[in-house]
Amino acid sequence: MNFDYNEEQQLLADSVKRFIGKDYGFEERKKIVASDKGYSEDVWGTLAEMGLLGLPVPTDHDGFGGGALDMMGVMESIGEGLVVEPFLATTMSAQFVSRAGSDAQKKALLPQIVEGKLKMAFAQTEKGARYNLAHVATQAKKSGGGYVIDGEKAVVIHGPCADKIVVSARTSGGTTDARGISLFLVDAKASGMTMKAYRTLDELRACDITFKGVSVPADALIGKEGEGLALIEEVVDYGTALVCAEAVGAIKSTNDATLEYLKTRKQFGVPIGAFQALQHRMVDMVISYEQAKSMACLACDKADSEKDPAERKRLVSAAKVRVSEACRHVSQESIQLHGGMGMTEEMKVSHTFRRLTMIAQQFGDIDHHLERFAG
Amino acid sequence: MDLNYSNEEIAFRDEVRGWLAKNLPADLSDKVGDHEHLSKDDLVRWHKILAKQGWIAPSWPKEWGGNGWNVVQRYIFEEECGYAGTPPLVPFGLSMCAPVLHKFGTEAQKKRFLPRIYNADDFWCQGYSEPGSGSDLASLKTKAENRGDHYVVNGQKIWTTLGHYADWIFCLVRTDSGASKRQEGISFLLIDMKTPGVTVRPLILMDGGHEVNEVFFEDVKVPAENLVYEENKGWTVAKYLLGHERMNTGRIGVSKRELAKLKEFASTQAKDGKPLIDDVRFRDKMSRVEIELMALEITNLRFLDQMRRSGQPPGADVSMLKIKGTEIQQSLTELMMQAVGPMAQPFKPVNGGEFDAFTASLAPRYANMRKTTIYAGSNEIQRNIISKMSLGL
Repeated sequence: MNFDYNEEQQLLADSVKRFIGKDYGFEERKKIVASDKGYSEDVWGTLAEMGLLGLPVPTDHDGFGGGALDMMGVMESIGEGLVVEPFLATTMSAQFVSRAGSDAQKKALLPQIVEGKLKMAFAQTEKGARYNLAHVATQAKKSGGGYVIDGEKAVVIHGPCADKIVVSARTSGGTTDARGISLFLVDAKASGMTMKAYRTLDELRACDITFKGVSVPADALIGKEGEGLALIEEVVDYGTALVCAEAVGAIKSTNDATLEYLKTRKQFGVPIGAFQALQHRMVDMVISYEQAKSMACLACDKADSEKDPAERKRLVSAAKVRVSEACRHVSQESIQLHGGMGMTEEMKVSHTFRRLTMIAQQFGDIDHHLERFAG
Repeated sequence: MDLNYSNEEIAFRDEVRGWLAKNLPADLSDKVGDHEHLSKDDLVRWHKILAKQGWIAPSWPKEWGGNGWNVVQRYIFEEECGYAGTPPLVPFGLSMCAPVLHKFGTEAQKKRFLPRIYNADDFWCQGYSEPGSGSDLASLKTKAENRGDHYVVNGQKIWTTLGHYADWIFCLVRTDSGASKRQEGISFLLIDMKTPGVTVRPLILMDGGHEVNEVFFEDVKVPAENLVYEENKGWTVAKYLLGHERMNTGRIGVSKRELAKLKEFASTQAKDGKPLIDDVRFRDKMSRVEIELMALEITNLRFLDQMRRSGQPPGADVSMLKIKGTEIQQSLTELMMQAVGPMAQPFKPVNGGEFDAFTASLAPRYANMRKTTIYAGSNEIQRNIISKMSLGL
């Protein structure tokens, strides 16, 4: 038993922290969010230089072969800085390739990701699917030597900037059948694809995508045809573990900001932190953080290492329930304790509130994961 | 980072587990499992079994019987005991009076009291709270007048857990009512319960149980040699004890055992022809408690890991474990009571009729467990401690 990061993990987490402290402050971030693309190519280049993009990529393909646990400290720092670059989207989508891709796919994509030359997104959600990963109505029909994809995907996070998109589509079966789902690597410029782009509440870019007769070659298939669901679940659990770590970093930073506010904001001639009604609420926020952190450790530890898929799902879902609860509790309280100022664009807490609110529902809300935990 | 115990820690856990399986008398674990009343004999019997094995006082200095276990081993041991359903170890002698004597006692006091605590020859209780001094302990009024070779004690203590079993009581008493700060006039005194003028009156709790008492002192003569540390420095002693909490404040093992029992029980109770455990409303409530407990176990291990690394005693972390641990214990007993539905109402048989003692124990136990968020520093006091000590508010 040991809860410290090892030297490499700590160094990397610290370097991200330093970078955010120096070059990714609240004002810099604001400019990036308001820019055309909604993220910064320069920052993306820096993430590559720092080795973050290569961290989860297997060593055979120029990466460092890190697992979810190696990513944990990095994700905490990313949460703290509310980083809007497509790090999670790219990392997670690349997992499909690392875990089940052909050698050719790995060679073509992974080294490019490490260098920061390729961004990726994962198109899975469909309208009406809620969090059911088996709900895939988008069709992929065999045609000639390849497939033709038709359908619609919703809320593809970082879809607008992605070069390659991992798309789940049905090669057989009915809309919610477990079997018959396949995964395809689709070029973002493929003809027949139309994107409706938008900004999310938490200041990320996303899009809905319509596929109309989009042709992909046979070697666009990732893994085995019709057997994509298990892989999707594996990668989404991995993403869920990472987002739990991101949440923990965001919770920590918003707790720190709130505590600082309690010590400096004066009313009735004293810092408002002198009032017990607020002190106890602050303490409960700190307890929420500790409990969420513990469960993020569990999720990151087990997302890769747990070989039994049922047990992995149970543990990751337990973590997501607790972390989502903490996201809600801490984000709501941070606004309340900041009073009117917390409601404004001008305070970072209102931005963290938005990210935490969205994380609480990303990859499944509390109800979904309670169901999965008990199931 | 590695959330799993090391091979040595697992070997240790298995050793403890195996030993408990062989040496925990079944009648005792049955009583604990069924939430039955434990007599003084039950408590002392289990204490003596552990004492014989050399496991009763792990944290004591070796020359007095400590066995050198580190904080993680102590935690594992206590959690395994909780999970196996051992009678609780009454802390007043073992982990409250004894650490005080190790730190502040004279050689004579150590020789006189420690071996008897180790072997459960003396049963101890704690005299801190008074009717007017609960959370505000420093306002205590029980007075000890210095008469040279002895003190004369007058006043009253309350919430004296197991005072009716006790041979000795350690008390905070006021020796100087004129001190400028009220913390400064307090002393730590050891009092023989058989001394003339000591009266114990039971306080029966709402579940019908007799755990706590009032203890009255009327012109009680206490030899001066029973003063621990210096006169008027009792607050220093009391504060030292606060940092000397046990490892299992969160009671993870006990709650795990209760959760397992809840699951088993809920699968035997039917609702609309289906096991209650499959009822989504009930199941979700249960899952939330289970998840909170999973989180608390890891939080507890994280704190232990920090302690092991830093060698520092636990700070406000213990308060966090107390708050969460007691909330979980309460939720579990509440769900247990809810699981039995209307059958939670029967309480005690009249005229010796047939009776399901287990289901009848659930509502009283729920009622009894309300104490956990009040005792040992109410959860509100724990929040004050965290707020002050770790947040600097």
